Amino acid sequence: MTTHSLPVRTDAPDRTPTEKPAGRGGRRLLRQRAGRQHHAGPLAYVLLAVMALLSIFPLYWTMVAASTDNTRVSQTPPPFLPGPNLFSNLARAWDEAAMGKAMVNSLIVAGVIALSTVMFATLAGFAFAKLRFKGRNALLMLVIGTMMVPPQLGVVPLFMMMSELGWSQQLPAVIFPTLVSAVGVFFMRQYLSEALPDELVEAGRVDGAHSLRIFWSIVLPVARPAMAVLFMITFVHAWNDFFWPFVVLDMTNPTVPVALTQLSAGYVRDQSLIMAGALLGTLPLLLMFIVFGRQIVSGIMAGAVKG
Amino acid sequence: MATSTTKALAGEEPPGGPGRTGGEGTARPRGALLHRLDVKGAPYAFVAPFFVVFAAFSFYPLVYTSWISLHDVELATLDVMEWVAFDNYVELWGDSRFWNALQNTLTIGVISTVPQLMMALGLAHLLNYRMRASLFFRVASLVPYATSVAAAALVFTMIFERDFGMINWALGTVGIDPVNWEADKWPAQVAISTIVIWRWTGYNALLYLAAMQAIPADRYEAASLDGASRWQQFTHVTIPGIRSTIVFTIVLSTIGATQLFGEPLIFGQGPNGVTGGADNQYQTLGLLLYEEGWKNYQMGRSATVAWAMFMLLVLVFVVQRLIKRLRSRTS
Repeated sequence: MTTHSLPVRTDAPDRTPTEKPAGRGGRRLLRQRAGRQHHAGPLAYVLLAVMALLSIFPLYWTMVAASTDNTRVSQTPPPFLPGPNLFSNLARAWDEAAMGKAMVNSLIVAGVIALSTVMFATLAGFAFAKLRFKGRNALLMLVIGTMMVPPQLGVVPLFMMMSELGWSQQLPAVIFPTLVSAVGVFFMRQYLSEALPDELVEAGRVDGAHSLRIFWSIVLPVARPAMAVLFMITFVHAWNDFFWPFVVLDMTNPTVPVALTQLSAGYVRDQSLIMAGALLGTLPLLLMFIVFGRQIVSGIMAGAVKG
Repeated sequence: MATSTTKALAGEEPPGGPGRTGGEGTARPRGALLHRLDVKGAPYAFVAPFFVVFAAFSFYPLVYTSWISLHDVELATLDVMEWVAFDNYVELWGDSRFWNALQNTLTIGVISTVPQLMMALGLAHLLNYRMRASLFFRVASLVPYATSVAAAALVFTMIFERDFGMINWALGTVGIDPVNWEADKWPAQVAISTIVIWRWTGYNALLYLAAMQAIPADRYEAASLDGASRWQQFTHVTIPGIRSTIVFTIVLSTIGATQLFGEPLIFGQGPNGVTGGADNQYQTLGLLLYEEGWKNYQMGRSATVAWAMFMLLVLVFVVQRLIKRLRSRTS
């Protein structure tokens, strides 16, 4: 597996010697000039509009279904316009699915995981990007290798560990296994090798600052934009994580996705209520995407260096 | 390793310690020793947290899974492990549910991954044009990525509902009989794949887009000077230019497909969820793993399924490598 998305060039590079070679797979979080200069024609706009519609419609329809009542939802043709009951259904979902508790739980879980991921990823990313130590490349390869290990496969022993620790049905059981992320470490390394000049680190050394001090006063300010992006992306993943929370938590203490399964578990299905719950569970992230869409898009694109 | 790094850390001043300006301390031999310790040890201390957590909560469980799979363990008495050697594996090999789940995992994996990546490629190509509102289109294609498996599966379950679902209604308007999306095997697998495709196409498109934008513009210019059409430019410049990203997304999607769990569970609507339909028609390996452990209380068997999934992944990548080798030899 190659570790950067720049195509591996086997032919001679067609750069003029005066140009500085780009850093290995390094990528700024800035928007780059597109590789092609073509303007979109009408067909491209139409196709993109269709894609956008397909992306957004299921969520729009969630809102529609959540705002009508059961009899209306189950008629044909299905409703396409919002009805009057949105807030009453949201309130019911909030009460019946323990949504309030689930929201708080998800907020804690996703917040703690995102914070610790960012902190440890920045520490490790800085070391991999700027510090020289024995076995650096081997360890970095190991980090990349861990991305290939699906965490789910260890679910049985993990469950045993948690019950031994007395953490079954408790939030730490969800938080601890995901305190760090290989993708995060790699992402910060890529960013810092580009954004942090060696001279700054050297200057800190000359001033006699020890490594933690350098990290605190020199690296953190430079890393801040990438840290914000990593925080958001990690938050999204942690908020939406399903398998492990579903296994280790129960309905008395759920995260949002786990609480949603409760809504649809019965034989008698209250469709409007289910959709209201789905909408509630998605709203916080939707708001985040509306406010910080640009940063999240650029973050994911910068993370594309992974392949 | 860990002990030496903690010493190195302990030897350091705590941050915000004595507020001396540096330089004075480094002149003294003790300071020099500290400095050396710091330079040598700090990097290990910085990468240690990642490796410690990974070792404890990912690597150790993975290895321990293989050990548990050689035992009988009941969910109610997790501390009682009875050695049965390879019995679990023999039983699994003879269990039709396993082969069914394996087949479902593969078929759903293919019908969700292939169209998804093709569409992502097309979408990335469109997003790569210079246009108005490009940010809107990018964020819009990421909306599904912001939706949790649970929410997405609930919505699509309703859209695919047999009696009043939107899809069957739409089919009805053009004179096609309603499809029993949940009860019939292939429709169910198509519906579940739709959920996966909807959630991940936009995300993959952005990965491709990032790679496309890293292709030097002069390659396109050279191609068009050679008289290549737009389509030829796409196949001869764009695709080779993002090859490694394509490989990467295939790897990620394969790992994701192997572990498919939430979509079929919720699509089955409660009672049918864990079994993957009344006839296991869409039970995946992930569901089987959960059913063995948390519904039949057989943790040993559950671990066996997990290990089988791991072997499957390894096998897939070995095959992929072999194909790559053969290809490079023949070309």
